[in-house]
Amino acid sequence: MTAVRAAPAVAAGGVRRAPASGRARRALTGWGFALPFAALFLVFTAGPVVASLAMSFTDIRSADLREPLAVEPVGLDNYTRLFGDELFLRAAGNTTIFVVLGVPFTMALALLVAIGVNAGVTRFRTVFRVGYYLPVVTSIVAIAVVWRFLLQPDSGLVNSLLGLIGVDGPKWLDDTSLALPTLIVMAAWRNLGFAMVIFLAGLQAIPQDLYEAARIDGAGRWAQFRYVTLPVLRPTVLFVAVITTIGYVQFFEEPFVMTQGGPLDSTLSAAYHTYNQFGFGNYGYASAMSYVLFLVIVLLSIAWFRLLRSES
Amino acid sequence: MTARDRVAAAVLHTLLTVGLVVMAGPFLWMLLSSFKSEAEIRQVPTTWWPRDWTINGYRELLGRLDFPGYFTNSVVVAVFTTAGNLLFCAAAGYALAKLAFPGRRALFVVVLGTIMVPSIVTLVPLFVLTSNLGLVNTYAGLVLPFLAQAFGVFLMRQFMLSIPDDLLEAARIDGAGEFRIFWRIVLPLCRPALATLGILTFLASWNNFLWPLVAATTEDRYTLPVALALYSVGQNRARYDLLLAGSVVVVVPVLIVFVLLQRHFVRGIATTGLK
Repeated sequence: MTAVRAAPAVAAGGVRRAPASGRARRALTGWGFALPFAALFLVFTAGPVVASLAMSFTDIRSADLREPLAVEPVGLDNYTRLFGDELFLRAAGNTTIFVVLGVPFTMALALLVAIGVNAGVTRFRTVFRVGYYLPVVTSIVAIAVVWRFLLQPDSGLVNSLLGLIGVDGPKWLDDTSLALPTLIVMAAWRNLGFAMVIFLAGLQAIPQDLYEAARIDGAGRWAQFRYVTLPVLRPTVLFVAVITTIGYVQFFEEPFVMTQGGPLDSTLSAAYHTYNQFGFGNYGYASAMSYVLFLVIVLLSIAWFRLLRSES
Repeated sequence: MTARDRVAAAVLHTLLTVGLVVMAGPFLWMLLSSFKSEAEIRQVPTTWWPRDWTINGYRELLGRLDFPGYFTNSVVVAVFTTAGNLLFCAAAGYALAKLAFPGRRALFVVVLGTIMVPSIVTLVPLFVLTSNLGLVNTYAGLVLPFLAQAFGVFLMRQFMLSIPDDLLEAARIDGAGEFRIFWRIVLPLCRPALATLGILTFLASWNNFLWPLVAATTEDRYTLPVALALYSVGQNRARYDLLLAGSVVVVVPVLIVFVLLQRHFVRGIATTGLK
């Protein structure tokens, strides 16, 4: 070790360009630090990402785990099959509704809360931040279990509270037209804290003199929000939109625990359907489905970038 | 402050406080109801405060069901996952931020490129791989896929970029080896980032559901969320007292950790989210 160590000392003494041995040594050091991570990452993340794509072009099934040679390439069959799979189309439709309604709803609520906390709360700001963030850090399975009870038609807290003001609460999760909207509202409840904390950080970074200048120009509250807050906040909104969309496209645990995709598949999500196909042993088909989800995430992220990128 | 401003402030505080109650209410109801009898949980209209306190749900979780076992599994998996991420992500983050080596850019691009990949994409190949390695239903099978994660490397690299090169150069001139520099200088400076990564990784592992659901095939390897989810849709789905007590066991440790260490969360979001 000491003999090798001497080389860079010489280099540092005057020679600008590192000698060949120094470069090799640096490569060795760099990879020495990066290799454990890189190897694990390659085997358990990057590799499977590629393998999943490869599998989506084959007819691999769970039985093939024992007979790998029986796997045949099938081209795009798995992908074309998707379009004839009524259950998949149903699941894709449900997921679309969940994302298209859920993402803006969650973000709007989060922005409202963030603006409120930023404008009016000086003391106990931490209490609000922690309180609204609570559902984000807790297990979604536990949350889904608890909400199943809260939404019980008879004994649930939600309908009991509605009963106090004389409203006869519906059967939230047993109604084909209500179950999915209910899950959307629950998802907003769970995720708005994350968006709110990020919005709050973005709002606090806006210089006060911008508002002052706007006020001198005669801008009212709404004009200040429209022409100062929103434009400056745009990168933050973009970040929140992308992260929330990525999460919502994959929604799975809520229907798994609360409705098992029902009633009548009205809450079956694309990720849940993929999981089911995996469970049935249709590995190639499930891989194709998961890649469609991936593609949708990429396309939606690009769409958000297009929509919200800075004008400069 | 005019009278109108005071009214506006009061209205705002009221609205935000109502929101806070809506956010925290379900957790409070869960906690209180876990000490009710099954009959009281089903009672119409529902109650907040338990009339007769009972720990029957918890007693059954500990006795008839193996919740101590699931709890242990969750702790073991989360501890190993967290320790591995701290070590591997810090080392790789250091290499990516401060060491010039061939392939550095390529490695960073590959890691970043996978950040948007949904976990369901790797599910099938991971299961095939784990199965071929004979690791289904083992701790190793539950931990290995999460030891090296893109988010962790990204967080560590971003933080380490802010460490001045001069500091490391001075240590090199003093004859310190790279490992010594990493261990003695870089890691101590990274304590805030390590704390953030550690907490976030621990929680993500504790709450992780999809992979353990697939990779833990018998009850003795279930983690808490898997056990809770399967009980809630299986033969115990009607046992409200059990499911609520189980939810408390899953949620309360996390809430305590979160409330005690909440400033690290905000810092973690700020360093990764807004750059």
